[in-house]
Amino acid sequence: MQEGLQSCEACGLLSRPAPGAHEGRCPRCDEELVFRKADSLQRTLAFLIAAAVCYVPANVLPVLTTITATGSESDTIMQGVVLLWSPTGWPLSLIVLFASIMIPSAKIVALGYLLITVRRGSIENNAQRIRMYRMVDLIGRWSMVDVFVDTFTVSLIQLQPLMSVEPGPGLFFFAAVVVLTMLAVESFDPRLIWDATSSKAIQQKVQYA
Amino acid sequence: MHNQPIADGSLVACPHCDLLQRLPDIAPGASARCPRCDKELWRRREDSLNRTFALTVAALVLYLIANTVPMLGLSAAGHQAFTTVVGGAQQLWHDGQQIVAVLVLFAAVISPALQIGLMLLIVIGCQRQRPPAWVGMLLRHLQFTRTWSMIEVMMIGVLVALTKIADYATVIPGVALFSLGGLIFLLAAMQSNFDPHEVWDRVQWAETEVQPPLTGNPMAEVTS
Repeated sequence: MQEGLQSCEACGLLSRPAPGAHEGRCPRCDEELVFRKADSLQRTLAFLIAAAVCYVPANVLPVLTTITATGSESDTIMQGVVLLWSPTGWPLSLIVLFASIMIPSAKIVALGYLLITVRRGSIENNAQRIRMYRMVDLIGRWSMVDVFVDTFTVSLIQLQPLMSVEPGPGLFFFAAVVVLTMLAVESFDPRLIWDATSSKAIQQKVQYA
Repeated sequence: MHNQPIADGSLVACPHCDLLQRLPDIAPGASARCPRCDKELWRRREDSLNRTFALTVAALVLYLIANTVPMLGLSAAGHQAFTTVVGGAQQLWHDGQQIVAVLVLFAAVISPALQIGLMLLIVIGCQRQRPPAWVGMLLRHLQFTRTWSMIEVMMIGVLVALTKIADYATVIPGVALFSLGGLIFLLAAMQSNFDPHEVWDRVQWAETEVQPPLTGNPMAEVTS
């Protein structure tokens, strides 16, 4: 960016915008080029806030309702984890605990931290911060596990009138948290983490010269 | 308006930290990483296109099986029920969770199909010395399908659901379940054998006037 060059996000080609123009298209793959993802911080923040708002009903409202001849019972995500906990089922219970409760909250906290440090122009812990970004990017999709668990529980247990399972309102909010955090990661431009460092280095060069 | 390419084609900016650097010519199997942020910039693959092609065709076959035969069966108290992946989404739709149903369908059925389909077209298009520009257009969107194709996540979800249900009823694993298990490994192998850098090196540019001529790169030879 400091050299006035644009790197294509899709194909990686470096190119120079036409004189006077701010952004153009990649001559190789026709992708629209920008120096940094558009409104990266604002968009990430917006998705993050939306995800945090959905996080509450996702954990409070039931995701599954079991209807039997004697009545019905609703379970939230956490209750699902507890139900799964047994001498043989505990590894799966731990997977769900990680995927559905720890990962979404860790994602929200980690992205919040990245947003704040970038906003403040921090030049410290760049390597750790970029690793954190990659981690969030890598494990984010695994939160979808619970959505699939509930989908297949619902579709299999349809033994009317003995027993049937229906999805609860919490499922929608939980799915929303997963998708919104994934979109937040997608809109975050990791190069912003290094921008403060790069511009500081340039300032120092100018001072010496 | 297209940008002007720079004279030195080996110069790249790291996608994660924007450090300007020269990409070295590396041996097959080796990888080049950014010295500042350790991002892998390029991993060159041996015989990339042929291997990717074989794995993609295998993935296509398993995908078709996985989505046509029953995945899970359940028998309890004289009842028997079977479901497929699509059936799971259908039931959710039926129970008033249309949005989640679409999401499940998208992540477990549509995205993997797009991922396999795009890859197949890309590899076929690359049989030419100078792959046409539409190959580049498809390749641009491959990353998107990778992010949202979640068969491995679904598999864990299915296993958890099975464990839960096993308390109430006998669960019968279907052929599709094993196909999906195989598909996870095939998709991973397909992606890791594919070398987008090699394709970008040869593809027809959108702005043909500024395209550099094909270099005598040994990678360009795919027919053997």
